[in-house]
Amino acid sequence: MRKLTFAQALNEALRQEMRRDPTIYVAGEDVGKYGGIFGVTAGLLEEFGEERVRDTPITESAIIGSAVGAAAAGLRPVVEIMFIDFIGVALDQLFNQAAKMKYMFGGKAKLPIVVRTTCGAGMSAAAQHSQSLEAWFMHIPGLKVVAPSTPYDAKGLLISSIRDDNPVLFIEHKMLYGIEGEVPEEPYTIPLGVADIKREGKDVTVVATMAMVHKALEAAEDLAKEGIEVEVVDPRTLSPLDRETIINSVKKTHRLVIVHEAVKQAGPGAEIAATVAEEAFEYLDAPIKRVAAPFTPVPFSPVLESAYIPSKESIISAVKEVIGK
Amino acid sequence: MAIEKEKLLWMYEKMRTIRAFEEKVAELFAAGKIPGFVHLYIGEEAVAVGVCANLRDDDYITSTHRGHGHLIAKGGDLKLMMAELFGKKTGYCKGKGGSMHIADLDLGILGANGIVGGGLPIAAGAALAAKYQGTDRVVACFFGDGAANQGTFHEALNMASIWNLPVIFVCENNHYAISLHQHKHMHVTDIAERAKAYDIPGVVVDGNDVIAVYEAAEAAVKRARAGEGPTLIECKTYRHRGHFEGDPMVYRPKEEAEEWKKRDPIPRFEAKLLEMGILTPADIARIQEEIKAKVEEAVRFAEESPYPEPAEVLQDVYTE
Repeated sequence: MRKLTFAQALNEALRQEMRRDPTIYVAGEDVGKYGGIFGVTAGLLEEFGEERVRDTPITESAIIGSAVGAAAAGLRPVVEIMFIDFIGVALDQLFNQAAKMKYMFGGKAKLPIVVRTTCGAGMSAAAQHSQSLEAWFMHIPGLKVVAPSTPYDAKGLLISSIRDDNPVLFIEHKMLYGIEGEVPEEPYTIPLGVADIKREGKDVTVVATMAMVHKALEAAEDLAKEGIEVEVVDPRTLSPLDRETIINSVKKTHRLVIVHEAVKQAGPGAEIAATVAEEAFEYLDAPIKRVAAPFTPVPFSPVLESAYIPSKESIISAVKEVIGK
Repeated sequence: MAIEKEKLLWMYEKMRTIRAFEEKVAELFAAGKIPGFVHLYIGEEAVAVGVCANLRDDDYITSTHRGHGHLIAKGGDLKLMMAELFGKKTGYCKGKGGSMHIADLDLGILGANGIVGGGLPIAAGAALAAKYQGTDRVVACFFGDGAANQGTFHEALNMASIWNLPVIFVCENNHYAISLHQHKHMHVTDIAERAKAYDIPGVVVDGNDVIAVYEAAEAAVKRARAGEGPTLIECKTYRHRGHFEGDPMVYRPKEEAEEWKKRDPIPRFEAKLLEMGILTPADIARIQEEIKAKVEEAVRFAEESPYPEPAEVLQDVYTE
């Protein structure tokens, strides 16, 4: 099958959806002529014009807030917040307005909004351009949080997010944009809230998200050589979270390691660990381990940054710890 | 004056309805029948009515925490409003929103809002949709003097300006951001001056003169429908009551409030209509009776309505 990068897969999803549905428009900082700071919206302006591909001022509240108003009035906005770190300036529009409107209004509002954003360390972009803040949004009822790890998932999940009638925060890890993978040309959907088992194994379940999925797979490859069979579960959607797939995997392996790049304290792993402790405690043969970033801002220097990002080695040692090797 | 008689009467009735509704809410709140926070619109009726008198059913508004007046002026149903204030299942939001979150999307009411300045970017977005869809719908965006200091004010006016969006930004300057007087929360006297920063028209009007508000809004709506972009209208007004019911109002001199009450928009408009021969004292008495009956009916509806089932707490979070 044809291969695309993660960024190309997203671009194709946007392009195909915009061709299908004229109510979809794209807006954000530098999404037009520039094509998006990571190139995800490249060429859209040329194909769809300025009405549908809107360069905005650097005003994140107005970017998300206008999406809320436009969605309430019948459009399907796909807006971009260049870095998730910038979402703080627009948070009210996302968590108080977009996420709550349907409920506050007694179910009447329908808000099909996608807020695309980037997360993650690895480019020495330092503390305000590298964070993984997905847990903040898992805490907000009314939002969906999507976090793909492969080009295939990126395309299918973005199409599903655009077609979903709820506000979706679609998080793209910036170190994944260049990775390649097989992506069908025709449009397809991947249901939100369904995890994917990226590798089957019987000894330990490793739940990993976004860029960490790839590190978990590398760790699993190494561990296989030592006879340890790791099952890698990628939730793909963090809210709603596919608890069932995670629990079923733990029931099979009896051991759980959770890997994410967000800081450990109150990160997504806390929710996953608590779920397994509540639902499958009696199946566990070892304490749950979390491999995550330390409780610090993201550092700048490449040396410090690589110490910050969870490594393949730390995943391997956590897996060995839970199986007592 | 070129405003037709029916419209003048409509405005009078709406202003009277808002006043009667709010006075009843104050009474019911004091009696413990309405839970939560309520922010009453008494004294500011001319603003909502003067603006909404220029709107069509398919136009939009965004409202505020002090939203009852906007809702009534845009056509909101008193029964559904009152039931919502009571927290009943039959209310506008099935008891899930309350005073600060009433919406009626069928009437273009995109919601009251508990966040000061929260509605401004939403108004820009609704206007973007109106334009995108090739309609001549407009959006009236209500907000207060306090909200005029929020970042969203700047972001939304700038966006509406650069994209030439059909929004009428209506600043209800009641001179207090909760307890802080305008001269302590900004240095400009006229908030409309800020329009210059966006290269859009900024107009100051007497917000207690419904005709003045109507005329300013008429021009702004015309501009917006014609694709000429947004306008900022500042309506100088005053809330007769506290920021919320129960506010001890230690921050506001009694003399100031008395002074403003002399400029109460309703008696002023009433006197004008009497003078013009559009209303007679008998008409006034009849209209007041009719409104009273409607408000009483709304209260009865609210009181007799059931509360939501506790299990409904789980519903309406997501669209399936």
